[in-house]
Amino acid sequence: MTAPRMMALRAFLASDFIYRFRRDKVALVSFLVLLAFVLAGLLAPVLAPFDPYDPASIDIMNSEIPPVWTDGATDPQFLLGTDAQGRDMLSTILYGTRISLTIGIFAVMLQMVLGISIGLLSGYVGGRVDAFFMRLADIQLSLSTLMVAIVALAVFQAAFGTELYSDLAIFMLIMVIGIAEWPQYARTIRASVLAEKHKEYVDAARVIGLGPGRIMVRHVLPNTLSPLLVISTVQVANAIISEAALSFLGLGMPVTKPSLGSLINSGFEFIFSGSWWITLIPSVVLVVLILTINLLGDWLRDVLNPKLYKG
Amino acid sequence: MTGPRETLVGITDVVKHFAGGGNVLKREKRKVHAVNGVTLAIRQGESFCLVGESGCGKSTLARTVIGLNAPTAGTITYRGQRIDDLTPKAMAPYRRRMQMVFQNPYASLNPRMTVQTILEEPIRFHFPRLSRAEVKAKVEEVMLSVGNDPHWGSRYPHEFSGGQRQRISIARALMVDPEFVVADEPISALDVSIQAQVLNVMMDARDQRDLTYLFITHDLSVVEHFGSRVGVMYLGTVCELAETKALFANPRHPYTQILLAAIPRLDASGFRHTRLAGEVPTAMDLPSGCVFHPRCPHANARCKAEIPALKDQPDGTAIACHGIEEGRI
Repeated sequence: MTAPRMMALRAFLASDFIYRFRRDKVALVSFLVLLAFVLAGLLAPVLAPFDPYDPASIDIMNSEIPPVWTDGATDPQFLLGTDAQGRDMLSTILYGTRISLTIGIFAVMLQMVLGISIGLLSGYVGGRVDAFFMRLADIQLSLSTLMVAIVALAVFQAAFGTELYSDLAIFMLIMVIGIAEWPQYARTIRASVLAEKHKEYVDAARVIGLGPGRIMVRHVLPNTLSPLLVISTVQVANAIISEAALSFLGLGMPVTKPSLGSLINSGFEFIFSGSWWITLIPSVVLVVLILTINLLGDWLRDVLNPKLYKG
Repeated sequence: MTGPRETLVGITDVVKHFAGGGNVLKREKRKVHAVNGVTLAIRQGESFCLVGESGCGKSTLARTVIGLNAPTAGTITYRGQRIDDLTPKAMAPYRRRMQMVFQNPYASLNPRMTVQTILEEPIRFHFPRLSRAEVKAKVEEVMLSVGNDPHWGSRYPHEFSGGQRQRISIARALMVDPEFVVADEPISALDVSIQAQVLNVMMDARDQRDLTYLFITHDLSVVEHFGSRVGVMYLGTVCELAETKALFANPRHPYTQILLAAIPRLDASGFRHTRLAGEVPTAMDLPSGCVFHPRCPHANARCKAEIPALKDQPDGTAIACHGIEEGRI
């Protein structure tokens, strides 16, 4: 089993895709930065000098200590300073990145599962099924994601109380952002399915006698997936932004388990009292994270679109 | 190859209409009359060729026979058993016996599957109890029989030329040991130098596996080389049905005569083909009576009013023409 896999790996490394990736400095740097973020998120419990979730490690006397390189720094163990509760900024940002990435990735996976199933069914079956799901998608798209999310989360918070909400916040955010954005995927997949389903290989599969489910999954679906790679990168960025926006509005992650968005929010009150680092550092992290994902997405779109060959 | 043989596939009064035309502003839905009442019997062991111009309904008829389209009216039978109204489950045993080779080898092979997967799929579906080794052996046997290298399995369709792909497509059809193969213009998308080679592969398969073909083409020289019987189609109807030799030696129907006269010949000295006036009428509104009457040099009042039936002639051919019936032509 290992020999063919090694061959496949070697073929992949020698492919045009990798060659163009290595030639493109923007893509290379973006990828490395993103990789660093993902690793930082994954290894947050190992890398972080403090555990921001452990109230015992927090001392309120350490609050609002500026970063080490500034004049007011009083304690060199807080590399990026501390926030209003005395939590180490570096540790909190590492954990926040972890939460933001988790929400982004899982929300996009949910969008994908929903969008691909609906789009595939809609495109292949056509007729009333198609009309129903596409009108549903139109309705969904006419409401902005944030609006849907704000209403859903606010109702949930009011109905079940803040206590339960803070326990389920990650799960709720993933559900809300995931469900709100499925039409992006469904429409893309449907359009590709419509183009693919009249090709002769689908007829050939029907002549063999394969059922519609099998034809959809085994024959049509693999031929419609390439645009998804591009959408997915952009959608991960969008999901992280949505989460940050919701957290900033106080509907996202609770202060006890901050994501990047709720960190920015919590520091916002102190920005005029001079504690700029509590808001600014997580903001920079968020911007860089989104920027690298979008740059990678742009690069992928160019590479996968043969009509945009740039020498 | 003589004597009356059993009818393998019976096509009776098959009609196929497609909803066409009309738009948001114009509600009126006009129908495309692709096939209008075709009756044919394809006998065991023969290579039945359907010829006709583009848009005459020959591909639609082929797709209806294989079950890709449901006929609007009429019946398809296989060994006397009606198959056009079967549920997919009841159809499964017939799917194994009837296979199809498509026109465009660049579209008929799934670009995301390896050749091995493409070839294994039909056999795994129809014979799920075969072991891996048996399936592999079968793939190898069929690949060799169509002149392909059995080691192509791990490669993808885009790595092959048109002729190679069409041979893979033929191999896929042969994987389940069918009795009847519908070939929808299998060589018209190929380079001329490859056409003969693919045609020979199909003829070898016929001889080795006792296949019956329904061969759709617009190339008359292929018909002469390949077919045992020919049906000539014009605007969704069959106008002449004859043994290949009889048809080429003595075309009877006026359309067949003009079609054969249009074959380019090397001894161009005496080349004189009959020019037909006008164009083929649209299948959206068919001419009344005989569909060929607006362009037929022998048409009279009866041809405009009455649709001619396909009538058996004493010499074994069948012709749909009032003129021949009345002895005018």
